[in-house]
Amino acid sequence: MSRQRIIVVGNGMVGQRFVDRLIAADTALQYDLVVVGEESRPAYDRVALSSWFDGRSEADLCLVHDAHLAGDRVEYRFGRLVSEIDADAHVATLDDGTTLSYDHLVLATGSYPFVPPVPGHELAGCFVYRTLDDLAEIKAWATAEGRTTGLVIGGGLLGLEAANAVRALGLGVHVVEMAPYPMPQQLGEGGGRMLARWVDSLGVDLHCGVAPKQFVADQGGRVVGLEMSDGTVYDTDMVIFSAGVRPRDELARVSGIEVGERGGVVVGDDLMSSAPDVSAIGEIALHDGKIYGLVAPGYEMAGVLADRLTGAEATYEGSDTSTKLKLLGVDVASFGASALDGDDVDEIVYHDPINRIFRRLVVDEATGRLLGGALVGDTSGYELLTALTLGLADQPSDLPAYVLPASVRPPDDVALPDGAVLCSCNAVTAGSVREAVAGGCHTLGDVKQSTCAGTSCGGCVPALATLVKVELQRAGVAVSDALCEHFDHTRQELFDLVRFHRYRTWAEVLTAHGTGRGCEVCRPTIASILASLSNGYVLDGDQAGLQDTNDHHLANMQRNGTYSVVPRIPGGEVLPDQLIALGQIAKDYDLYTKVTGGQRIDLFGAQLHDLPAIWRRVLDAGMESGHAYGKALRTVKSCVGETWCRYGVQDAVGMAIRLEHRYRGLRSPHKTKMGVSGCTRECAEAQSKDVGVIATETGWNLFVGGNGGRSPRHADLLATDLSDAELISAVDRFLMFYIRTADRLQRTSSWLEELEGGLEHVRRVVFDDVLGIADELVADIERHVDTYECEWKATLDDPERLSHFVEFVNAPDENSTPVWITERGQRVPA
Amino acid sequence: MSSIDITPFDLLPVDRGVAAKVGGHDVAIFRLADGEVLAIDHVDPFTGVPVLARGLVGSCGDRVVVVSPLHKQRFDLRTGACIDDPSISVRVWPTAVIDGVVKVDTESVAGAA
Repeated sequence: MSRQRIIVVGNGMVGQRFVDRLIAADTALQYDLVVVGEESRPAYDRVALSSWFDGRSEADLCLVHDAHLAGDRVEYRFGRLVSEIDADAHVATLDDGTTLSYDHLVLATGSYPFVPPVPGHELAGCFVYRTLDDLAEIKAWATAEGRTTGLVIGGGLLGLEAANAVRALGLGVHVVEMAPYPMPQQLGEGGGRMLARWVDSLGVDLHCGVAPKQFVADQGGRVVGLEMSDGTVYDTDMVIFSAGVRPRDELARVSGIEVGERGGVVVGDDLMSSAPDVSAIGEIALHDGKIYGLVAPGYEMAGVLADRLTGAEATYEGSDTSTKLKLLGVDVASFGASALDGDDVDEIVYHDPINRIFRRLVVDEATGRLLGGALVGDTSGYELLTALTLGLADQPSDLPAYVLPASVRPPDDVALPDGAVLCSCNAVTAGSVREAVAGGCHTLGDVKQSTCAGTSCGGCVPALATLVKVELQRAGVAVSDALCEHFDHTRQELFDLVRFHRYRTWAEVLTAHGTGRGCEVCRPTIASILASLSNGYVLDGDQAGLQDTNDHHLANMQRNGTYSVVPRIPGGEVLPDQLIALGQIAKDYDLYTKVTGGQRIDLFGAQLHDLPAIWRRVLDAGMESGHAYGKALRTVKSCVGETWCRYGVQDAVGMAIRLEHRYRGLRSPHKTKMGVSGCTRECAEAQSKDVGVIATETGWNLFVGGNGGRSPRHADLLATDLSDAELISAVDRFLMFYIRTADRLQRTSSWLEELEGGLEHVRRVVFDDVLGIADELVADIERHVDTYECEWKATLDDPERLSHFVEFVNAPDENSTPVWITERGQRVPA
Repeated sequence: MSSIDITPFDLLPVDRGVAAKVGGHDVAIFRLADGEVLAIDHVDPFTGVPVLARGLVGSCGDRVVVVSPLHKQRFDLRTGACIDDPSISVRVWPTAVIDGVVKVDTESVAGAA
């Protein structure tokens, strides 16, 4: 029997989720799919759209597996519209005239941005905020010469998101909202007004309770301002409309399918429209008089429809629209009847204008039952409160205490009910997290991978981490923050203790805070902390006994007990005579020679007793230690920059060398790598580094937290258009803040992922100095710079230090003899 | 006891090892923070590479251990047992410090070959 054909009209997030779910559920291979998408590209994550401005690429945002794009189950037709459906004949006609017959057709056309009919709304410089193409146009316009200000129409979720993007592009921004405060339906008056305070404090000019009259144009037809009905004019160089969306139901209308009075395809609990074998899901579907403008209900519908089409019994009975998110970095949540007011309800309110926290719980006046609430500035307890509103758990007698923010509320021990949704992006409940832990997931990473919780927007990660910890404790799995059996402290605590007490030796730290003799975990950790804070010679005093093997001999031990030698080549710039010297050394000692990924040269196969002589010659050639053996700055990779390149706009090599000289030898929780690119072509791959710097016409963009290796991560944009001095100061603070607070062997990427408050917190520490430690951080770096000395130079100058480089203490002339073979003309271990 | 002189005690680094040649064998000798001197084979039994003297010294419960610098297995310096793989052990070499000189007993060489 031949397969049946499903046509999916629309390739947005919900349409694509339906495709994924159907293919997963259709184990009988009953169906083939044809997906018709208006955009030229496969479905992408529209919720994370703004992250495109932070450097996430189209590929990062793409939601369609390559296997589906290339597979034979799904045929994608991009850049096409369905212009009519003949439901009786089961035939769809495309805008190029092709006709396709179908057995079932899914309408997933979503919605379009509503542009209010204010005169002048079609002027050049007016945009909507919906697709990647929209964002590209906005960026091109905003970054053109002379653009200083943007204006967003609409102070809702998307409007504030758009305002944030405009701000990140370096423009000042106005937001115009007709309602007297932002997000009235979700937050009510108290919450909306508190959010307005936050928005104001973040440098956004928010104008509420005002109505636009007309846009003002210059002679070239470009928008230059917005005149309000009271006569005020706001000057602007661009306008973004974000005043809500409307369902894209024109296809349903021309095809005679029933639509609601205010738009949307009418569907029942089976998600079927008035036409036979035509269903509708997502923002186009009008279910029970409601259209949901969130992705989670759309995903729910996609799942239900896929189940129904593959024979399972499922119905859609509406969705809970409780939401928790970060708006411009501010925590905001609403749940249940969040904005309800009136005679039948009472409220419990916490209002703190100093810390800008507003929390309101709405309760039934007669019964005291929780009906909903709004939380601004502190969303703690959201998951439990939502679960209570949905009747998933018994209401605790101390409900009023839950109106308090986490900082002043006594710790609660009410367990989150199994049905409570923890991750709304992926609809993961507390129950599924518990199952995952019981099933053997014992780390946050395992749980994320197994349940998908916390893998989309990441907003639930702190709550997820807490739940995982509680469940592990309950299961009797040891959960300890202790560094190892010898220290009950975390690395961060030990760092603070060493700093506070000004310890200089291992013995002091061990006596005061540890037990036993230490081990391979705590000894190098303490060594690194002592080195970060004092920068003395790492092998002096009792620090020698702390260093990992590589640090101890200032070289990297290879698998046959010999070492590699890596001189520093700052920014990858090397003199021909230095190259010749390295070549001659390699020939004389028969060292295997390889160019590294970090733009330097690695010489392998040196014996312990030869290291001093080899390094003497490296130093004589004008080079120094590359610290390849240490948890420290490795390389600052660079492209050739404006010095040679036709496209370069800054001196990338010069900046790379400056950074490398500043941070060389700085011991950190793990190795650090940097990169500097001379233009946005990014030839130095700076976005895969812990610190990435990319030149702009007017300065430098700073990225942090990138990683290659086993867990690749694109770096996040921390700041734009910094001057040389601003850049150095920001990197100083960022690095030292990481060194102070990261866990042992934690790269900046995972540190940033797990840091509470994430990138925004880093931004506030580095630029706003919210912790008041910026001067200390810079002073710590300055001391490092002032006292830096090449460790190999310090070693060669001191006979006692040199005595470590003898293989047999009682037979200085004897050496072990590794077995070698020759491969491609070089000596390698057998 | 028949033993050979290795090196003056004062030249041994604290909480680290040195390697020595003892009758054709490679021996790793460790000086602990409290002055005790212990010795085991220098060759890492997992890889056959002479490196144990270059490992980190520490404790695991009551046991004093060295950690192989290659793959981090821990060896009990008093018994030679590998803590991470009970089927593996290295030889322990009796030591003494006499008149400020570290000595290693060579008799066990003959007995253990």
